[in-house]
Amino acid sequence: MNLNIKYFGLLTEVTLCSEETVPFSKATVSELLDLLFEKHPDLKNKDFQVALNNEIVSKDTLITANELALLPPFSGG
Amino acid sequence: MNDKKIKNVFIEGAISSEFIGRSIAKHQTKTSIGAHNIFLGQVRADEVDEKTIYAIEYTAYKDMANAKFHDIREATFKKFDLTCMHIYHSLGTVKVGEICLFVFVSSPRRKQVFKALEYVVEEIKAKVPVYGKEIFEDASHQWKVNS
Repeated sequence: MNLNIKYFGLLTEVTLCSEETVPFSKATVSELLDLLFEKHPDLKNKDFQVALNNEIVSKDTLITANELALLPPFSGG
Repeated sequence: MNDKKIKNVFIEGAISSEFIGRSIAKHQTKTSIGAHNIFLGQVRADEVDEKTIYAIEYTAYKDMANAKFHDIREATFKKFDLTCMHIYHSLGTVKVGEICLFVFVSSPRRKQVFKALEYVVEEIKAKVPVYGKEIFEDASHQWKVNS
Protein backbone atom coordinates (compact mmCIF):
# COMPACT_ATOMS: atom_id res chain seq x y z
CA MET A 1 0.00 0.00 0.00
CA ASN A 2 1.16 3.53 -0.74
CA LEU A 3 0.54 6.33 1.69
CA ASN A 4 0.42 9.94 0.57
CA ILE A 5 1.95 12.31 3.14
CA LYS A 6 1.19 16.02 3.03
CA TYR A 7 3.35 18.65 4.73
CA PHE A 8 2.34 22.21 5.54
CA GLY A 9 3.83 25.53 6.61
CA LEU A 10 7.29 25.41 8.10
CA LEU A 11 7.46 21.62 7.64
CA THR A 12 7.70 22.00 3.85
CA GLU A 13 11.07 23.66 4.40
CA VAL A 14 12.29 20.69 6.42
CA THR A 15 11.12 18.01 3.98
CA LEU A 16 11.69 20.21 0.88
CA CYS A 17 8.37 19.04 -0.51
CA SER A 18 4.68 19.59 0.14
CA GLU A 19 3.79 15.95 -0.37
CA GLU A 20 5.36 12.58 -0.98
CA THR A 21 4.34 8.94 -1.27
CA VAL A 22 5.83 6.28 0.95
CA PRO A 23 5.34 2.52 0.62
CA PHE A 24 3.59 1.48 3.77
CA SER A 25 1.92 -1.50 5.38
CA LYS A 26 -0.62 -1.43 8.19
CA ALA A 27 0.78 0.43 11.19
CA THR A 28 0.23 3.22 13.67
CA VAL A 29 0.94 6.93 13.29
CA SER A 30 3.96 6.67 15.57
CA GLU A 31 5.44 3.83 13.49
CA LEU A 32 5.00 5.92 10.37
CA LEU A 33 6.62 8.92 12.09
CA ASP A 34 9.70 6.80 12.87
CA LEU A 35 9.99 6.12 9.16
CA LEU A 36 9.58 9.83 8.31
CA PHE A 37 12.12 10.86 10.96
CA GLU A 38 14.67 8.58 9.33
CA LYS A 39 14.00 10.26 6.02
CA HIS A 40 13.84 13.82 7.40
CA PRO A 41 15.77 13.90 10.72
CA ASP A 42 14.97 17.60 11.35
CA LEU A 43 11.24 16.80 11.55
CA LYS A 44 11.88 15.38 15.01
CA ASN A 45 12.46 18.83 16.50
CA LYS A 46 9.35 20.38 15.00
CA ASP A 47 6.00 20.94 16.62
CA PHE A 48 3.17 19.32 14.63
CA GLN A 49 -0.02 17.28 14.85
CA VAL A 50 -1.13 14.47 12.55
CA ALA A 51 -4.43 14.49 10.67
CA LEU A 52 -6.21 11.49 9.18
CA ASN A 53 -9.54 11.86 7.34
CA ASN A 54 -9.66 15.57 8.23
CA GLU A 55 -9.32 14.97 11.97
CA ILE A 56 -6.37 15.35 14.34
CA VAL A 57 -5.42 11.90 15.65
CA SER A 58 -3.19 10.59 18.43
CA LYS A 59 0.14 8.85 17.81
CA ASP A 60 -1.23 5.37 18.61
CA THR A 61 -3.96 5.57 15.94
CA LEU A 62 -3.90 2.83 13.33
CA ILE A 63 -3.56 4.32 9.86
CA THR A 64 -6.50 3.28 7.70
CA ALA A 65 -6.67 6.12 5.18
CA ASN A 66 -4.32 6.51 2.21
CA GLU A 67 -3.58 10.15 2.99
CA LEU A 68 -2.09 11.65 6.11
CA ALA A 69 -1.08 15.22 6.90
CA LEU A 70 1.55 16.69 9.22
CA LEU A 71 0.22 20.00 10.52
CA PRO A 72 2.34 22.56 12.40
CA PRO A 73 0.49 25.05 14.65
CA PHE A 74 -2.23 26.84 12.66
CA SER A 75 -1.83 30.50 11.73
CA GLY A 76 -4.97 31.45 9.85
CA GLY A 77 -6.73 34.80 10.00
CA MET B 1 -20.93 15.49 10.18
CA ASN B 2 -24.35 16.05 8.65
CA ASP B 3 -25.53 16.00 5.06
CA LYS B 4 -25.35 19.75 4.39
CA LYS B 5 -22.97 20.51 1.55
CA ILE B 6 -19.48 21.65 2.58
CA LYS B 7 -18.81 25.09 1.09
CA ASN B 8 -15.51 26.43 -0.18
CA VAL B 9 -14.50 29.25 2.15
CA PHE B 10 -11.32 30.21 0.28
CA ILE B 11 -10.83 33.18 -2.00
CA GLU B 12 -7.67 33.66 -4.06
CA GLY B 13 -5.87 36.81 -2.90
CA ALA B 14 -7.23 39.68 -0.80
CA ILE B 15 -10.93 40.07 0.02
CA SER B 16 -12.00 43.35 -1.60
CA SER B 17 -14.17 46.00 0.00
CA GLU B 18 -16.49 45.67 -3.04
CA PHE B 19 -16.99 41.97 -2.22
CA ILE B 20 -17.73 42.83 1.41
CA GLY B 21 -20.11 45.63 0.35
CA ARG B 22 -21.99 43.32 -2.03
CA SER B 23 -22.25 40.73 0.70
CA ILE B 24 -23.89 43.27 3.04
CA ALA B 25 -26.24 44.48 0.29
CA LYS B 26 -27.47 40.91 -0.36
CA HIS B 27 -28.99 40.88 3.13
CA GLN B 28 -31.42 43.72 2.49
CA THR B 29 -34.03 41.18 1.41
CA LYS B 30 -33.67 39.20 4.67
CA THR B 31 -35.94 41.43 6.70
CA SER B 32 -36.09 39.31 9.86
CA ILE B 33 -32.50 40.42 10.54
CA GLY B 34 -32.07 43.24 13.04
CA ALA B 35 -28.31 43.06 13.65
CA HIS B 36 -25.19 42.23 11.66
CA ASN B 37 -21.69 41.88 13.04
CA ILE B 38 -18.58 41.72 10.89
CA PHE B 39 -14.98 40.77 11.59
CA LEU B 40 -12.31 41.77 9.10
CA GLY B 41 -8.81 40.40 9.55
CA GLN B 42 -6.24 42.76 8.02
CA VAL B 43 -2.58 42.00 7.28
CA ARG B 44 -0.45 44.00 9.69
CA ALA B 45 2.95 45.51 8.84
CA ASP B 46 4.76 44.00 11.85
CA GLU B 47 8.40 44.88 12.36
CA VAL B 48 10.80 42.04 13.24
CA ASP B 49 14.54 42.71 13.68
CA GLU B 50 14.23 46.00 11.78
CA LYS B 51 12.52 44.34 8.83
CA THR B 52 8.90 45.08 7.96
CA ILE B 53 6.32 42.59 6.78
CA TYR B 54 5.10 43.35 3.28
CA ALA B 55 2.59 40.55 2.68
CA ILE B 56 1.36 37.19 3.94
CA GLU B 57 1.20 34.18 1.65
CA TYR B 58 -1.57 31.85 2.83
CA THR B 59 -1.72 28.12 2.23
CA ALA B 60 -4.09 25.57 3.71
CA TYR B 61 -4.91 21.90 3.97
CA LYS B 62 -7.97 22.78 1.95
CA ASP B 63 -10.14 19.67 2.41
CA MET B 64 -9.68 19.58 6.14
CA ALA B 65 -9.96 23.37 6.45
CA ASN B 66 -13.29 23.46 4.59
CA ALA B 67 -14.55 20.57 6.74
CA LYS B 68 -13.51 22.45 9.89
CA PHE B 69 -15.13 25.68 8.69
CA HIS B 70 -18.29 23.62 8.13
CA ASP B 71 -18.13 22.15 11.66
CA ILE B 72 -17.62 25.63 13.12
CA ARG B 73 -20.66 26.92 11.21
CA GLU B 74 -22.82 24.07 12.46
CA ALA B 75 -21.66 24.50 16.06
CA THR B 76 -22.23 28.27 15.91
CA PHE B 77 -25.79 27.89 14.59
CA LYS B 78 -26.51 25.46 17.44
CA LYS B 79 -25.04 27.78 20.07
CA PHE B 80 -26.53 31.11 18.95
CA ASP B 81 -29.77 32.35 17.43
CA LEU B 82 -28.42 33.38 14.02
CA THR B 83 -30.25 34.02 10.77
CA CYS B 84 -27.15 33.53 8.64
CA MET B 85 -23.39 33.39 8.67
CA HIS B 86 -20.65 33.77 6.06
CA ILE B 87 -16.94 33.04 6.33
CA TYR B 88 -14.28 33.83 3.71
CA HIS B 89 -10.53 33.34 4.06
CA SER B 90 -7.81 34.29 1.62
CA LEU B 91 -5.32 31.94 0.00
CA GLY B 92 -2.19 33.13 -1.80
CA THR B 93 -0.69 36.59 -1.36
CA VAL B 94 -2.38 39.31 0.69
CA LYS B 95 -0.45 42.57 1.10
CA VAL B 96 -0.33 44.66 4.28
CA GLY B 97 -3.49 46.70 4.72
CA GLU B 98 -5.57 44.20 2.75
CA ILE B 99 -8.26 41.92 4.17
CA CYS B 100 -7.54 38.18 4.60
CA LEU B 101 -10.50 37.05 6.74
CA PHE B 102 -14.15 38.09 6.52
CA VAL B 103 -16.68 36.73 9.02
CA PHE B 104 -20.26 37.96 8.84
CA VAL B 105 -23.01 36.93 11.29
CA SER B 106 -26.62 38.12 11.31
CA SER B 107 -29.45 37.71 13.78
CA PRO B 108 -32.80 39.26 14.69
CA ARG B 109 -31.13 40.79 17.78
CA ARG B 110 -27.74 42.36 18.58
CA LYS B 111 -26.64 40.41 21.69
CA GLN B 112 -26.38 37.15 19.76
CA VAL B 113 -24.14 38.56 17.03
CA PHE B 114 -21.62 40.07 19.46
CA LYS B 115 -21.06 36.71 21.14
CA ALA B 116 -21.30 34.61 17.99
CA LEU B 117 -18.70 36.61 16.07
CA GLU B 118 -16.03 36.26 18.73
CA TYR B 119 -16.76 32.55 19.03
CA VAL B 120 -16.42 31.99 15.27
CA VAL B 121 -13.16 33.93 14.93
CA GLU B 122 -11.53 32.18 17.91
CA GLU B 123 -12.64 28.77 16.62
CA ILE B 124 -11.15 29.53 13.20
CA LYS B 125 -7.80 30.50 14.72
CA ALA B 126 -7.73 27.36 16.87
CA LYS B 127 -9.08 24.64 14.59
CA VAL B 128 -8.55 25.41 10.91
CA PRO B 129 -5.31 24.28 9.20
CA VAL B 130 -4.34 27.52 7.47
CA TYR B 131 -0.75 28.78 7.34
CA GLY B 132 0.61 32.27 6.87
CA LYS B 133 4.09 32.84 5.50
CA GLU B 134 5.07 36.41 6.40
CA ILE B 135 7.09 37.98 3.60
CA PHE B 136 9.41 40.88 4.41
CA GLU B 137 10.27 43.77 2.11
CA ASP B 138 13.66 42.19 1.37
CA ALA B 139 11.88 38.95 0.25
CA SER B 140 13.03 36.94 3.28
CA HIS B 141 10.27 35.29 5.30
CA GLN B 142 9.12 33.78 8.58
CA TRP B 143 6.13 31.58 9.43
CA LYS B 144 3.27 33.36 11.16
CA VAL B 145 2.45 32.28 14.72
CA ASN B 146 -1.00 33.05 16.11
CA SER B 147 -0.97 34.68 19.52
